[in-house]
Amino acid sequence: MTGLADAVRTALSAVVDPELDEPITDLGFVRSVAVDGSAVEVHLRLPTSFCAPNFAFLMASDAYEAVESVPGVERVVIELDDHHDSELINQGLAARAGYRGTFRHEAEDSLDELRATFVRKGHVAAMERAITVLIRVAPDTDVWALTLGDLRGPEAAALRRRRAALGLSLADDAPVLVEPDGTRPAPEAAEMFLRRARSVRISVDGNAHFCRGLLATRYPGAERDQRPLLPLVEEIAR
Amino acid sequence: MYSKDGENYYIVDAHIALWDARAENQRNIHGKQFIDCFYDYHRNLSPESEVWPYEEYLYQGGERLMHDVFEIGYADHAIFQPALLGEFYNNGFGQTEEAFALTQANPGKLTYNHCFDPRFGETGLKQLREDAARFGLKGVKLYTAEWQGESRGYKLTDPWAYRYFELCQELGITNIHVHKGPTIRPLDRDAFDVADIDHVATDFTDLNFIVEHCGLPRLEDFCWIATQEPNVYAGLAVAMPFIHTRPRYFAQIIGELNYWVGEDRILFSSDYALWTPRWLVERYVDFQIPADMTEYGPLTIEQKKKVLGLNAARLYDLDVPKELRLPEADETATGPREPGAADLAGAAS
Repeated sequence: MTGLADAVRTALSAVVDPELDEPITDLGFVRSVAVDGSAVEVHLRLPTSFCAPNFAFLMASDAYEAVESVPGVERVVIELDDHHDSELINQGLAARAGYRGTFRHEAEDSLDELRATFVRKGHVAAMERAITVLIRVAPDTDVWALTLGDLRGPEAAALRRRRAALGLSLADDAPVLVEPDGTRPAPEAAEMFLRRARSVRISVDGNAHFCRGLLATRYPGAERDQRPLLPLVEEIAR
Repeated sequence: MYSKDGENYYIVDAHIALWDARAENQRNIHGKQFIDCFYDYHRNLSPESEVWPYEEYLYQGGERLMHDVFEIGYADHAIFQPALLGEFYNNGFGQTEEAFALTQANPGKLTYNHCFDPRFGETGLKQLREDAARFGLKGVKLYTAEWQGESRGYKLTDPWAYRYFELCQELGITNIHVHKGPTIRPLDRDAFDVADIDHVATDFTDLNFIVEHCGLPRLEDFCWIATQEPNVYAGLAVAMPFIHTRPRYFAQIIGELNYWVGEDRILFSSDYALWTPRWLVERYVDFQIPADMTEYGPLTIEQKKKVLGLNAARLYDLDVPKELRLPEADETATGPREPGAADLAGAAS
């Protein structure tokens, strides 16, 4: 491992799978990092050949930008392996063609809206996790009145990161139960609001289970590259 | 039928296939990629004792299917939900003739649902009439993400799709099974969008829309739609096997579905031959929501009986033996169900 390779991996850890809301390094999606002088070649891998190409392209192109910005890197090759659109995506990346330039007539929109949707979902899921951890031990909690200062542990830290991404307040007295734009539900709507948030979190978690498991089945040993999920996601009995 | 602890359960496997993914039927590399992907699903989510060798996985044939689903799989009835995938397989993935012949050879055991694709326009409408007459269709399986020449999929809200649904109404094809789950070669926006279900369920109230794979990986969107539309159902294919690998996660899926959709609109499916029904039925009957998950009420034997067979029997007019039926319950048609859970005492019920 050279210093540059370490720096590249660190840069890649900032690339997130938007759907799973986790860094691609924690998911085991980085297959290899090779450094030759100032040239870097990164290979990515996904759980199935049929993973959505829009998400695949998004991660690959984010990876390209992340690696390109590492000081000392002059040449970047990012390749997605074993995907039904590998050839198309890899050519598009090499030509810096962008999503629409890569998929041409098949791409209707840019990926910005898709990305924004999942940033919002990531917040909703993180909010519900932090609240559920708390009310499992203290069922009488007034959920609507909860503030950031009431929350503890890794779930609270994760929520703060999601809030920062959306530009929401990080003050200890900021309410926890909010929409992605910061508005609060009415107190009487709090239970239903949490309930909907829960279904979002369970959906996101389900995808995490699926993708991690399938990746390890497809690429034996990949599980060693995966960072364990948060306790509530992993659902270790307490 | 399955019996455990003095209770007898009528079993309908609402999603099975008779596929042929052998090399000689693969049209291109995608045919191989597709079955390899299925095999990874199978290997990843089955108990070790239930994992098949790859060769066996490519093709089962009718005899093996009858053995797996009925002889050892407890099913009283099973429903074919074919995917054609003509772009990947020379003679299609689901074997229409073979499956239909099996249905005829085993009266009362099997229902053959066929598929249609609104992109075939008038020709397809004519074909649907013929298919309905020949197969006695009560249901169809739709795969909106299927590639068709230059087209990369369609929506249930497309004008042509509406023409097909109108014909379904006329022909008495009341059960529209829509694949909304992990998808093949999706592309634009969120390929797993379930919004079109909302529209068609509102516009065709006399048709039932069974969302296969309960919208995973977009369970939350599906639940929100299904709680408002009384003719939207959840098919458990793909969600079921989590009962083995991630039981606590399975508890949450089933808890969510019970809450939002309700026990009368959830259908058991093994997705044979992705997984086999035997172990899924056994595990599900034994399954209970962990006590520390106070956000969900416990599963009852009645709920399990409905999910395992009685709900599908209602949709397909199957003749359930008297002793296996349940008295008619008075359930709300829409909106969340009484969760009976500690942290939701104030929830709308």
